[in-house]
Amino acid sequence: MTRSPPQRYADYGPIAFPAMMLVIFFAVPFGLMIAVSFFQRIEGGFYEPTFVLANYERFISAFFASVLGFSLLLAGLVAVIAVALAFPFTFLLTRTLRRTQVVWLVFLLSVLSLSEVIIGFAWSTLFSRNAGITNLFVALGLMAEPTSLSPSFSAVLTGIVYQAFPYAVLVLYPALSRLDPALVEAARTLGASPLRSFLTIVVPGLRNTIVATVIMVFVFALGSYLLPQLLGRPQHWTLSVLITDQALYQSNMPFAAAMAVFLVLVSLGLVGLSLMVGRKEAAA
Amino acid sequence: MSGLVLDGVLKRYGSLVALQRTSLHIPHGKFVCLLGPSGCGKTTMLRVVAGLDQPSEGRILLDGADITDKPAHQRDFGMVFQSLALFPHLNVGENIAYPLRIRGMPRAEQAKEVERLLALVRLPGVADRPVSKLSGGQRQRVAIARALALSPKLFLLDEPLSALDAKLREAMQIELKQLQERLGITTIVVTHDQKEAMTMADLVVVMSEGRVRQAATPVEVYRRPADAFVADFIGVTNLLNGKVAGDGLLTVPGGTLSVPGLPPAGDASISVRPEEIRIHREIAGPNRLAGTVAFLRDLGSHVELRIDVAGQEIIAVTTPQDRPAVEPGSPVAVELPPPSCVVLDS
Repeated sequence: MTRSPPQRYADYGPIAFPAMMLVIFFAVPFGLMIAVSFFQRIEGGFYEPTFVLANYERFISAFFASVLGFSLLLAGLVAVIAVALAFPFTFLLTRTLRRTQVVWLVFLLSVLSLSEVIIGFAWSTLFSRNAGITNLFVALGLMAEPTSLSPSFSAVLTGIVYQAFPYAVLVLYPALSRLDPALVEAARTLGASPLRSFLTIVVPGLRNTIVATVIMVFVFALGSYLLPQLLGRPQHWTLSVLITDQALYQSNMPFAAAMAVFLVLVSLGLVGLSLMVGRKEAAA
Repeated sequence: MSGLVLDGVLKRYGSLVALQRTSLHIPHGKFVCLLGPSGCGKTTMLRVVAGLDQPSEGRILLDGADITDKPAHQRDFGMVFQSLALFPHLNVGENIAYPLRIRGMPRAEQAKEVERLLALVRLPGVADRPVSKLSGGQRQRVAIARALALSPKLFLLDEPLSALDAKLREAMQIELKQLQERLGITTIVVTHDQKEAMTMADLVVVMSEGRVRQAATPVEVYRRPADAFVADFIGVTNLLNGKVAGDGLLTVPGGTLSVPGLPPAGDASISVRPEEIRIHREIAGPNRLAGTVAFLRDLGSHVELRIDVAGQEIIAVTTPQDRPAVEPGSPVAVELPPPSCVVLDS
């Protein structure tokens, strides 16, 4: 089938609806946020529309730089760990019976329906001294006495990885279930052990999918603001926590907006960078 | 016993028996075709031999050594898959070098080996190309080269030519056979195309419903089919059912026939190939059945006649030179010479 480029305005008709949705639900809110980020905050009140750069100037400081650095590190770690766990899991899942797959996918979807608050409190209970998993370890003789595992960095990490895992599985699932099973079998007949064939055929063959999933989970983890508060100490708070704090508790909308815009720009830049690196590697 | 031996191998998937208890001996250097309709168990047999599926019962022996429990990656068998299964993220050279890389061969030697294998399949100089830039026939050759990279003890191919168009398929059949003769490697090919099997095989294993019906040379399978399924599946044939009378003759609709190898009494079926049948205008004579010509077509290279004998259609084929002077409606006799009547296992 050959397609000719659009000739008249009417030819653009089919994309009018998606374009409109994009404008209403993305461009307008984001534009508003950019506008607000340049407004002047009124102490004890709200804000007034002017054009000041003070909101951006304020977070050019060591404190906000370290929070931003921590947020990016946390999101990156979550992305790598979640995909490293989800990829072999999804691969093995796609090799099972159809019915088993459906049961697992429904279970993972139901995890998605849990709110961040419930996940946070559930994990803080699991990590507590009185009712947590350390009691189980003590009963099994693995530990001398129960301890509290939260608040801590690993608790924050575990919580967000838990929340991101189903997303990672659902993004990886279509690509892995389309993978020709004969590829792995061919590798086996050519002398590769099951693990070797997984590492040399399945993983490199789906490199683009893996990169896309890592980016998606990274962006998802960057927006996490409840779990760091529920499971971490103040030094484990991400930029999203500070944005929430400024917007909801300090009523400083312009500063919150400026931080949010900055976070979006930084994450977009990082995603662009990783895509560029990926393309260069593929070309080499 | 040298060569490959299947000893009472049976394969179940859940409650379904995909391969009935089978024993088969494949000597060294033979070209074997597993032939049958889809779902007959031929691919299952190949997968069990390759080690991709474990047999539910029975043993597999190679040169006397039991390899039943040996995993696929330790068997050193080369296999070409129906989908070819070329690795999409590797180029042609990397695909062929994959088994060499897995075995830790130095890079320089790998490159030399890749060139040798590409020359073997008559596809030199494409090592740097991505697989997606090759034609169907070229991919076929790459898959074959990759499977042969380890000088395997056994060369297995699962419907390797099914994706090619008819003309290319025929050329590849001949080429594959020549390659196998040159290398002298024991080869097992799964196919549902009987012409393909006749072209390539030293030994044809005809299968249906998970059972081996007959394992013999192509000519023997054609001339002396073991049962009605084989006779019907391989080429075109005439099947006649009748009763053995007291005089040792077979009574079929339309007359009696003298057939060698008949059982002493009871029901019997025979198969007669169309080209063995002779047409006469003279009705009387030994082993002749009277009928009328129902249909006749001259295909240039041969003439096909369909003759109605007591309600059953008998197909006969003659050369244009031997074409009898008959036309549709003519009363004729078909002669079934005794040596060409094959008694089938019921």
